[in-house]
Amino acid sequence: MLRITGGKIYDPASGINGEIRTLYIEDGRFVASGEGGRTIDAAGMIVFPGGVDVHTHVAGGAINFARAMTPEDHRRTQAFIRSQTRRSGLGGMAPTTFATGYLYAGMGFTTVNEAAVPVLSARHTHEELSDIPIVDKSSLVLMANNELLLDQLDAGEYERARSILAWYIRAAGSWGIKAVNPGGVAAWKWGGNAGQLTETVDGFRHVTPGTIVASLARMCHDLNLPHPLHLHCNNLGAPGNVSTTLETLRHLEGHRAHIAHSQYHAYGGDDWDTMRSATSDLADWFNTHDNLTTDAGAVLFGDTVTITADGPWQHLLYRLTGRKWGNLDVENETGCGIVPYTYRPGHLVNAVQWAAGLELLLLIEDPWKVFLSTDHPNGGCFWRYPEILELLMCADYRQECLRQLPDRIRSRILLPEIDREYSLYDVATAMSAGPAQALGLPRKGSLAVGCDADVVIYEEDDNIRRMFSHPRYVIKSGEIVIEDGDIRETPDGREFLVQPHCDPDTETFIRPLFEDCYTMSFDNYPVEPHRIPRAEIHHRPASP
Amino acid sequence: MIRLTLKRPPAVPLEAEVLSPSLLAGLSHTEICGLHLYHGKRRMRVDEFFDVEGERSSTVDITGDLRRVRWLGRGMTDGTLTIHGSAGMHLGARMKGGRIEVFGNADDWVGAEMTNGLVRIHGHAGGQIGGAYRGSLRGMKNGTIIVEGTAGLEVGLRMRRGTIVIGGRVRDFCGLQMKGGTIILLDGAEIRTGAWMNRGTILSLRSLKLLPTFRFACYDNPTFIGVHARFLKPLGIRLPHAPTEGSWARYCGDFCVPGKGEIFIWHPAAAPEPAVSEL
Repeated sequence: MLRITGGKIYDPASGINGEIRTLYIEDGRFVASGEGGRTIDAAGMIVFPGGVDVHTHVAGGAINFARAMTPEDHRRTQAFIRSQTRRSGLGGMAPTTFATGYLYAGMGFTTVNEAAVPVLSARHTHEELSDIPIVDKSSLVLMANNELLLDQLDAGEYERARSILAWYIRAAGSWGIKAVNPGGVAAWKWGGNAGQLTETVDGFRHVTPGTIVASLARMCHDLNLPHPLHLHCNNLGAPGNVSTTLETLRHLEGHRAHIAHSQYHAYGGDDWDTMRSATSDLADWFNTHDNLTTDAGAVLFGDTVTITADGPWQHLLYRLTGRKWGNLDVENETGCGIVPYTYRPGHLVNAVQWAAGLELLLLIEDPWKVFLSTDHPNGGCFWRYPEILELLMCADYRQECLRQLPDRIRSRILLPEIDREYSLYDVATAMSAGPAQALGLPRKGSLAVGCDADVVIYEEDDNIRRMFSHPRYVIKSGEIVIEDGDIRETPDGREFLVQPHCDPDTETFIRPLFEDCYTMSFDNYPVEPHRIPRAEIHHRPASP
Repeated sequence: MIRLTLKRPPAVPLEAEVLSPSLLAGLSHTEICGLHLYHGKRRMRVDEFFDVEGERSSTVDITGDLRRVRWLGRGMTDGTLTIHGSAGMHLGARMKGGRIEVFGNADDWVGAEMTNGLVRIHGHAGGQIGGAYRGSLRGMKNGTIIVEGTAGLEVGLRMRRGTIVIGGRVRDFCGLQMKGGTIILLDGAEIRTGAWMNRGTILSLRSLKLLPTFRFACYDNPTFIGVHARFLKPLGIRLPHAPTEGSWARYCGDFCVPGKGEIFIWHPAAAPEPAVSEL
C-alpha cells in the first residue's frame, strides 16, 4: 500500500483540476482506499498521471543506425555510470537503450510508443524495447509502402489486403499501424517520390497515395484496432505542403486517424525563400473535425539527428545540408534515411519550423486533440520536452524567444499574435491523458481507481522548465522509481501488443510471395509473442 | 605550483581529465587528492595514483611514466601544465586556452578539437594531432601545436583553423580533409599529404611526394609566410621566407574533392632543381 496525500491532483481523464485528494495504490493499481504502508506527503506539490509519448523513435534499426552515425555526440553528452541500480549508457541525440528509460522516467514519462517498426526489424526492435527499463512500451508497424499489401490494393482485393495487414500486425508484435509517405517510399526504390495524392504510385497500375490512406484508415476501423491509422503524410518538410496535408485529411473520409508530427506538414509558400507557417489552416481543420488527433512534432533549436522511413525527404535534406547521410532499403517493406541536423535560430526555415510547432499546440483549442512531441529525435530530443512546456505556459518567455529570431520572420508566422497560455490541466492532457486515449492504451494516463499507478509528482515551482525537468517523485506501477532526483528502482516495463482477427489461410498465401523475393527465411520472419518479454496481448475480434 | 608524481604506471588506461590546471586552480590539497579518476572501469582517487604537493595554483607539474594516462589537460581554459615524462592519448583535447609543455613523447590525438592555447611536445607525437574525432566535422579551431620530433598518421585531420608545426618526419595522410589552418612540416612527410583537403595550407621545407590530384601553380614568396615566420620566431622555429633565401612552389588541390587547398614546398635559392616528384 502506498498513499499520496495533500497533493494537488490533475487528472483530466476524470475531470479533476487541481483538487487536493488522496491517492491509494495497491498492487500497481489505484484503489479506492486502504490502510498501512508508506505515505508520501505531497503537500505543496502537483500530482500528474505519468507522461505518455505518443510518437517517438527509441528502438530498432533506424535509431541504431543514427547512434552509429553520430559518435561525435557520444563524447560530449551526459554519461550514465554503472551503479547498483543502474546500467551504463549515454544520453544525447540518440540515447542508448538503458539511458532512454532513465531519461524518460527521470522526466516523469512512464509509457512510450515507438512509432515506426518495419516487420523485418521487429525482432530487433522488441529486443531493444525490452532493454529500455522502467517505461511501458508499444510500437507501430510500417505499412504504407509494403509491396505485398500494395499489390493486393492494386488488384482491388481489399479483404485480402486487410487480412495481410492483420497478419503483419501480429507478426511484428505491434499495437497499430503507421503510414509514412504513402507510396513515396515504394517509389523511392526507383529514385522517385509521391507528392500528389491522386497520381498512381510508380510501379503500380491503380494505387495512389490517396487510396492507400483511405484503405488503411478503413482497415484500422474494420480490424477494431485500439489506435487509429498513425499517419505521416506525403510531402513532409516541403514548402506549401499544407495543401497535401489537407487533401490527405479529406481522403480519410471521416475515418479516425492520428496525424504524426503535424508541424512538418503545415507550411505555406512556394519555395525555401517564401516558406511560411500555414498552421492556422491545419488547426482550423482539427478544430472542426473530431475524427482526428495529432502530435506537434515541435522543433527546438540545436543539434539533433533526423531519422525517418521517408527516404526521399532525407535525401533532399542531405542535399541541403551537405552533411552525413544514411539510407537503408528495407527489402519490400519500406526504407529509411538518417541525416544529422542542426536547427538554427538565425535560419529562416528553421525559425518558421520552431514557431509552427508551438502554433499548432496553441491554435488547436482542445488539448485532447494535440499532444506534446518533438518526433524524437527529429525535431529535438525527448528530454527537452520541459523547454516546450515553458514556451507553452509563459507567453512572456515566448515573446522573449521571438525577439531573438530574425525580424523578417514576423510576416511568416502567427506566433507573435497568440497569447494563449497552457494551464497545468492542459499540460496534463497534452502530455498524458490525451495521448493515452489516442493510443487506446488501457489504464494509462489517468489517476482513476483501477488504472495503472503511474504517477509523477512535481514540486511547485515558478521556473517551469526546472519543475518539469526534475520531478520530486516518479511512481511506475506503484513502485517509486525516482525520488529526490535519484533513480531508486529500475523495474522492467511491459509491452502492449494487439492481435486482430486474421484469416487462418493468410500465412499460406503470404509464404510463397515472401519466399520469392525476400532474403531471409519465412520461418524467421514473424516475431513469436513468447519472444517478447512481459508482453500484454490484447485480442481484438473484427468489427461487426 | 601543484606537483603531481605518478606512484606506479597504471595497468590499464587511466582517464585523467580532472588533471587540468583550470580545474585544479581553485581546489585545496584535500580536494585534489579526493578527485576521481577511472582506472579502466574502476573509480579511484587521485592520491591512489599520484603524490600530490601544493594546492590552489594554475601551474601544474606532472612527473612519471604517463603513457597510459589519458585526457591530461582536457578542455583546460588557462594555466600551465608541464609534463616530465611521456603523456598518453588525448593530451589537451578540446583545450580552450593555456599552455601544455611535454618533456617527453605524446600519444595520439594531441590537441584534438582544441579551440585555443599552445601545446608543445619536445619529443615525438602520435597521429591525429589537432584532429576531428571520428564522426566530427571539424578538428582544431584555433591554437598552436608544436611537435619537435616525428608525428604519426592523419596529422591535422579535418582541422578548421590554427597552426601545427612538426619538426620531424610525418607519416601518411597529413592534413587529411583539412578545412583550414596551417600545417608546417620542417622535415617533410610520407605519402598522401593533403588528401581530400578542402582549404587550408600545408608548408613543407622538404620535398613531398604529391598526389596526382594536386597541380603545380607557380613559384612564389607570399607575404603570409613571412607573418607565420614572425609568429613562430619567439617559439624558436625558423621559417625561411625571404626571396633571397629561395622560393616556395605552390600546388593546388585536392582536385578530387574538389578543394581550394594549397601546398607550398620550399626551394632554397642554391638548389634551383625542382625537388618535387609530381605523380
